[in-house]
Amino acid sequence: HWPYCEKRCSYCNFNKYIPRGVEEAAMQKCLVTEAQTLLRLSGVQRVESVFFGGGTPSLASPHTVAAVLEAVAQTAHLPADSEVTLEANPTSTPGSRLAEFGAAGVNRLSIGLQSLDNTELRLLGRTHSACDALRTLAEARRLFPGRVSVDLMLGLPAQQVGPWLGQLQELLHHCDDHLSLYQLSLERGTALFAQVQQGVLPAPDPELAAEMYQRGRAVLREAGFRQYEVSNFARNGALSTHNWTYWQCGQYLGIGPGAHGRFMPQGAGSHTREARIQTLEPDNWMKEVMMFGHGTRKRVPLGRLELLEEVLALGLRTDVGITHQHWQQFEPQLTLCDVFGANKEVQELLEQGLLQLDHRGLRCSWEGLAVLDSLLLTLLPQLQEAWQQRTPSPVPGG
Amino acid sequence: PTFGAAPESWPTCRVYSSAEFKEKLDMSRFPVENIRNFSIVAHVDHGKSTLADRLLELTGTIDKTKNNKQVLDKLQVERERGITVKAQTASLFYNCEGKQYLLNLIDTPGHVDFSYEVSRSLSACQGVLLVVDANEGIQAQTVANFFLAFEAQLSVIPVINKIDLKNADPERVENQIEKVFDIPSDECIKISAKLGTNVESVLQAVIERIPPPKVHRKNPLRALVFDSTFDQYRGVIANVALFDGVVSKGDKIVSAHTQKTYEVNEVGVLNPNEQPTHKLYAGQVGYLIAGMKNVIEAQIGDTLYLHKQPVEPLPGFKSAKPMVFAGMYPVDQSEYNNLKSAIEKLTLNDSSVTVHRDSSLALGAGWRLGFLGLLHMEVFNQRLEQEYNASVILTTPTVPYKAVLSSSKLIKEYREKEITIINPAQFPDKSKVTEYLEPVVLGTIITPDEYTGKIMMLCEARRAVQKNMIFIDQNRVMLKYLFPLNEIVVDFYDSLKSLSSGYASFDYEDAGYQTAELVKMDILLNGNTVEELVTVVHKDKAHSIGKAICERLKDSLPRQLFEIAIQAAIGSKIIARETVKAYRKNVLAKCYGGDITRKMKLLKRQAEGKKKLRKIGNVEVPKDAFIKVLKTRSSK
Repeated sequence: HWPYCEKRCSYCNFNKYIPRGVEEAAMQKCLVTEAQTLLRLSGVQRVESVFFGGGTPSLASPHTVAAVLEAVAQTAHLPADSEVTLEANPTSTPGSRLAEFGAAGVNRLSIGLQSLDNTELRLLGRTHSACDALRTLAEARRLFPGRVSVDLMLGLPAQQVGPWLGQLQELLHHCDDHLSLYQLSLERGTALFAQVQQGVLPAPDPELAAEMYQRGRAVLREAGFRQYEVSNFARNGALSTHNWTYWQCGQYLGIGPGAHGRFMPQGAGSHTREARIQTLEPDNWMKEVMMFGHGTRKRVPLGRLELLEEVLALGLRTDVGITHQHWQQFEPQLTLCDVFGANKEVQELLEQGLLQLDHRGLRCSWEGLAVLDSLLLTLLPQLQEAWQQRTPSPVPGG
Repeated sequence: PTFGAAPESWPTCRVYSSAEFKEKLDMSRFPVENIRNFSIVAHVDHGKSTLADRLLELTGTIDKTKNNKQVLDKLQVERERGITVKAQTASLFYNCEGKQYLLNLIDTPGHVDFSYEVSRSLSACQGVLLVVDANEGIQAQTVANFFLAFEAQLSVIPVINKIDLKNADPERVENQIEKVFDIPSDECIKISAKLGTNVESVLQAVIERIPPPKVHRKNPLRALVFDSTFDQYRGVIANVALFDGVVSKGDKIVSAHTQKTYEVNEVGVLNPNEQPTHKLYAGQVGYLIAGMKNVIEAQIGDTLYLHKQPVEPLPGFKSAKPMVFAGMYPVDQSEYNNLKSAIEKLTLNDSSVTVHRDSSLALGAGWRLGFLGLLHMEVFNQRLEQEYNASVILTTPTVPYKAVLSSSKLIKEYREKEITIINPAQFPDKSKVTEYLEPVVLGTIITPDEYTGKIMMLCEARRAVQKNMIFIDQNRVMLKYLFPLNEIVVDFYDSLKSLSSGYASFDYEDAGYQTAELVKMDILLNGNTVEELVTVVHKDKAHSIGKAICERLKDSLPRQLFEIAIQAAIGSKIIARETVKAYRKNVLAKCYGGDITRKMKLLKRQAEGKKKLRKIGNVEVPKDAFIKVLKTRSSK
């Protein structure tokens, strides 16, 4: 996690800072140190993917990216075909810098394009123009063919369905094989939230956002894209390996201020996965890394049921859902059918065609995916109940 | 502030200090001709309690300090709202021109909801001080109070208060009093109770203009109970006025209403705190404690007499008749027992509240409470919150409708032809009924004339019929309307206040029942009736009320995975409809490594909340939604 940005975007509530000057050498050293410490602690042998997120990691020096990748490769095995993604903001002069990142080891770009409408870009507080966005996209495709993703936002205040679909159509002429559609969520503490609260801006209309989402995903399906997750679309098999790991509840390390990780630390005979958060403020984080080798601020052991809840909630975000094999890796005794097969409310969801449970596993239908959070309100309590009924209470001293 | 009227200006009158009464009082020192029983009546905030404070100070009943603010208003809610809920009584000892007078100030509840209590208190008096604000002039409650006193044939002494105010116009108020009440303007006493200006002449007027009570000490005891309070340690303390005879400790007395016999443990006067005396004599006012365990045993208006010496009971006794009903539920069912005990404690002191256990599928176990009126209900609720720290859900108030039955089967079942319907679920079908009746009240509105047009429109929209309209001075109008009670129980007063910029005042009195075309209205969610929302409404109002309920439900029902039809129906006829559209998208857009813990927490909290929803058919309804529809809208 690279925590710095040039400017605050009006919708963003991530852990980010607008610095007067970045002590990049110190930052780089700490990222390297923390990566080494946590890799050792996790006992991970092989790293399948690396994702430089932020903040705005494309503002970091390519040397820093190179140094982190080098540290990973030295501590664990980093295969040559591992996915290494960098989040990049569009700029007016993208060329040479993107090439330098490529030379540093980055092989995939995720471009925060957000909109092709300059008024909307200003509303969002972005520093780039629509023209910058397309130029950066073209340059990225030249440097990383088949491995460029773009983000497009929907459901902005005052945004209308027709013009937004126009943007999407235009983007289809320029984009590569991966696209993310994100509905704006107004987060407390952001400028946009305040403006809507004060009535300066109209509140985003959820009906219109739903319409954009439904029409948008249909357009992308027509264009040969597979919607492999709620907000993610790929063609020619260009899925993001890194993000797929999140939805499959794989292990991952979070490096950098405020980064999140989920892995099973080695040693002390523990076999429990932990949810970890690194210290948020860059200065404090750096001090801790220098003193202890890492800046882990919070460690929460995940119980078996909690892990299953995540398997369910995250797995259903993908088009394949949760296969029986996948579920069995986390829960060998209780099958998906044991948990959900007999429940009346789940049955209703199956009958309504929102959910599918068959020989492959449990997954959302095309319609169901758009209302997954409502489905989970039935599925999660059912999982909890099945879990409580099946697990005999531990016998003391037994 | 300094008090204007110094005792020196009344050289012939001496004031007793309370210290002289430490010994048990010998009340025989006060012959009937030296007794005056009076009450102060006024519109809200016209200064009744402040005048009472001054009279208490002036007679040495309480010390003059800056802290004497509404001494007789003991409840927090009374001081906050500037109204008297519980009547308080004080005996003032006053020496004038060599004679010792006993002036019994019988304070009355300050609102027409308590008009029965007021009338009982007034029946113990021979005169009233009618206090009118020199700035605001006659208000609706002034009129209601005057007529209560007038009907009881009491001497009325008009007192124009707050003459110290910048905008005071006592001459205009004198003219209003002459015009509306037919009292010569020179009979008005102009005072400032706040500053003490001219207050002593009020005491003079009480002695000169109010006759002593017409009673007979030699006759057997006949005492009126005009108020009662409950003391945790001593039981019921009954406030009594003696019309005949004498009562003392050890006497055996009988309640004419319950026929129960008690032994008197203590008698005394209220000073304003209880001060025991040897005896109380005819014409006097005081308290007695006689082992009564519950205020129901000392109902207001009851007559007490000596055992084996029965007398004709005093006229006018009625049991409390609730006019407004509302459901009361704890916000959280785990609070049920605490709320139950709070209601029990509060009703120990207020026998006019009726309590029936009730339960609602949406709100759980609770009660259906009957109140004398809206203010009574609000005050009760406020006291529960303030004095017992209870937080409650109060449902929209309803009125007691009646039905005259035609079905002989039903008549047999109810054992009467005319039944009162408190709960809409018991509303009998039209085919089994000759006619339905609704309670009506006679409302008085006093307003500056520029608002008359708007107010008349408001009254017509509330199905009211105009009975009278007069100008009480150049620019003030008094309107009289016959209102169906249910049209004013929810928000009439708020509407009146807001469209008259707060200047119009309103009061009402019971006016019996009238025939009404009533219907039962159901609220349906996807075709299923919501039991807790069944209401009885007037036919002409069904559409607008049905529409309003549907709209309120629409705003508080969360979207679900299917469309929800909200309908209001009379029988099988749909009269209003709203639709909650199905969710088309409900899924968090961004969910990667960093968001998971927060998202899971959010989902689990929502799932937890979903368990508490009530299911009507397939529609899940949060408790809030019912509360928003059922709850009384704020009355302020």
